[in-house]
Amino acid sequence: MAAGVAAWLPFARAAAIGWMPVANCPMPLAPADKNKRQDELIVLNVSGRRFQTWRTTLERYPDTLLGSTEKEFFFNEDTKEYFFDRDPEVFRCVLNFYRTGKLHYPRYECISAYDDELAFYGILPEIIGDCCYEEYKDRKRENAERLMDDNDSENNQESMPSLSFRQTMWRAFENPHTSTLALVFYYVTGFFIAVSVITNVVETVPCGTVPGSKELPCGERYSVAFFCLDTACVMIFTVEYLLRLFAAPSRYRFIRSVMSIIDVVAIMPYYIGLVMTNNEDVSGAFVTLRVFRVFRIFKFSRHSQGLRILGYTLKSCASELGFLLFSLTMAIIIFATVMFYAEKGSSASKFTSIPASFWYTIVTMTTLGYGDMVPKTIAGKIFGSICSLSGVLVIALPVPVIVSNFSRIYHQNQRADKRRAQKKARLARIRVAKTGSSNAYLHSKRNGLLNEALELMGTPEEEHMGKTTSLIESQHHHLLHCLEKTTGLSYLVDDPLLSVRTSTIKNHEFIDEQMFEQNCMESSMQNYPSTRSPSLSSHPGLTTTCCSRRSKKTTHLPNSNLPATRLRSMQELSTIHIQGSEQPSLTTSRSSLNLKADDGLRPNCKTSQITTAIISIPTPPALTPEGESRPPPASPGPNTNIPSIASNVVKVSAL
Amino acid sequence: MGCHVECGVPSSLPISSLFLLAQMYSRSVYGFAYVCTTTMGSEDKIEDELEMTMVCHRPEGLEQLEAQTNFTKRELQVLYRGFKNECPSGVVNEETFKQIYAQFFPHGDASMYAHYLFHAFDTTQTGSVKFEDFVTALSILLRGTVHEKLRWTFNLYDINKDGYINKEEMMDIVKAIYDMMGKYTYPVLREDTPRQHVDVFFQKMDKNKDGIVTLDEFLESCQEDDNIMRSLQLFQNVM
Repeated sequence: MAAGVAAWLPFARAAAIGWMPVANCPMPLAPADKNKRQDELIVLNVSGRRFQTWRTTLERYPDTLLGSTEKEFFFNEDTKEYFFDRDPEVFRCVLNFYRTGKLHYPRYECISAYDDELAFYGILPEIIGDCCYEEYKDRKRENAERLMDDNDSENNQESMPSLSFRQTMWRAFENPHTSTLALVFYYVTGFFIAVSVITNVVETVPCGTVPGSKELPCGERYSVAFFCLDTACVMIFTVEYLLRLFAAPSRYRFIRSVMSIIDVVAIMPYYIGLVMTNNEDVSGAFVTLRVFRVFRIFKFSRHSQGLRILGYTLKSCASELGFLLFSLTMAIIIFATVMFYAEKGSSASKFTSIPASFWYTIVTMTTLGYGDMVPKTIAGKIFGSICSLSGVLVIALPVPVIVSNFSRIYHQNQRADKRRAQKKARLARIRVAKTGSSNAYLHSKRNGLLNEALELMGTPEEEHMGKTTSLIESQHHHLLHCLEKTTGLSYLVDDPLLSVRTSTIKNHEFIDEQMFEQNCMESSMQNYPSTRSPSLSSHPGLTTTCCSRRSKKTTHLPNSNLPATRLRSMQELSTIHIQGSEQPSLTTSRSSLNLKADDGLRPNCKTSQITTAIISIPTPPALTPEGESRPPPASPGPNTNIPSIASNVVKVSAL
Repeated sequence: MGCHVECGVPSSLPISSLFLLAQMYSRSVYGFAYVCTTTMGSEDKIEDELEMTMVCHRPEGLEQLEAQTNFTKRELQVLYRGFKNECPSGVVNEETFKQIYAQFFPHGDASMYAHYLFHAFDTTQTGSVKFEDFVTALSILLRGTVHEKLRWTFNLYDINKDGYINKEEMMDIVKAIYDMMGKYTYPVLREDTPRQHVDVFFQKMDKNKDGIVTLDEFLESCQEDDNIMRSLQLFQNVM
């Protein structure tokens, strides 16, 4: 019920007349409505598609671009309409928000494009209506995960700072592909696991007869050889376990992890066997312990991703498995009881007790049907058939859930691998494009400065040397130039002619490295602090990343990406603005998306004028930070102003 | 030879009990089906009822409204657009009314005052406010004479519409107004503040001290008070 509440404001104010006779003190003066305009249609031209709406419709939400005077910046005097060079499809949703008060998210739209448009129009995505909110959040989460994956692998590929020996070892253990030694270790352990498992199996195979005695299993015939093999394997496993224990970042957590428990269980029997003597009583138990050696096969899960996925699936389907087990147990008990009583009368019945019938029920329900227990009475046969029919149903129900879980996780993993492979190609292409454009920029700068230099030196005929750049490019370059001027930093250029010429010009940007150091020493020349921003060091990418970052993140609060001086200048800008407009910088909905400068730029005329009836919507602080994916911008500052206001003051968009 | 075929009457589960089981099962199935159909049938009935209550009311023509009220055509257009936006069906019921009004006073509880307002707007006591009622009331409040405004306010305070305001009614109104302020006020609302307020009001308004305020007393007292007169003119230029 948010739309058009502002339209009911006259009603609320009129209803205030009901308080007048009760009031004891004189009322404050009503605000004079200076710009009393008749409601008019305004035309919004979005990339050629014209939308028309009433002015008051847009003014319902004064905290957004269209509702405030910010839209005047887009007013085209010639055509008397507001022109926005943005996506008309998303604008449709935005305008419907003003009309109906509900923001919808179209499913066909890309999530980041949509977010960008919302940020441009100053609308918080959190107010998306319930109908579309789930879809929006899901897509946003997917996107965030994708970005996070990208970032992670990016970080991994960068050269790590020097790790300690322990950390390198741990990394080697966890990702065998990081170094050759790790790979070798990985394959060696795999081989020995295989050997160990095979020896366990072969040990029990009957191996041909020694003359004069019965057939022996191989284990007893070649006991020494098997013992040596076993010892070797166990030694390797022990060494591996101890190394992992040493390298683990958190030993306590490592000891508790499943893999380490499997390791321990795999090697324990051997040591216990060594310790125990050939005592007759104990050797029975010892033989049982050897069963645990088969757990070595689980060590393969470190080597196989599929096994890990399977284990993870089973873990995530624990509830379905539990349900399956529970329903099976219920059915088994029921049918076993019924069968027992049905078969009670028949002579020589194998169904001697209910627990004895459990075996029959299980075998029948899983459609095994060994035939060792068979009902003989008619009733028993009827119930037996019901039992087998229902068994199929009960088992078939949870299985698709488990299967779909497995398939989803498996495909996720596949997708991750595919994305990693695609990323490499994509990054290579991007790098080529970046270097191309930055070279163009530097080239044009060089040409531009050469032109200047030549002009100053009075050789006009070589002026138009480098006039190969298009208008767009020159405007772009001009922009970059302005950025340099603003920040006082510069791009590195290695043209000696240029540096000689430019070193005499104050506040200049093109500085060769050597000249730069010289200038540092001559402190008079250098006005700006020689603090290089980190962006300078990664120079080839500076141009386009700077621009792209700026254009993309103009809606973010200045964070550490921008150089310090730029931040300072923007803050100055913002303070000037705030002093200019005499209102408290109280904003709620839009603030987290906009630069601080914008807060001052948005003089909402209605704020100071509303006295009696005031629309004040306290936005809970939980709403103001944007979605989880974005790194939290620096300040919840403007937003926290709202709770601090005791009296019901000031505006906000009528949400 | 071992013959395992069972002969004679088995002393195990009698066949009759099988029939019993079958009976129970069929009855339960039938009962289940019956319940299903009845609930589904009643759901249909509920939907039918909903459809019947989705009345759509259209106001009289623009000219008539213009004649009846003190608004111009343009103002009526603006008002109707806002009205229709919030209430597409053309009528406001009390719930919607309360919700709309509450949006203007988020700190406190505006529901009681909205309740009284609603009944003041709903002159015919039908439980819903049509656009004509809405506009008529607004016309009085914004463009009416002092006399009309005061009479409207009297009507608002007179909750049971008996022509007299007594202390209880006034207490309710004043409490509703204080409720709109909410809890966090400075200074903090004390228990007896509404009562004191009502006492002051009655002292001023009740000329013959009989405990109730009639319309004439009300009109007279308000016209004597400059503050009230001035504040009534406050919203002249709203719209």
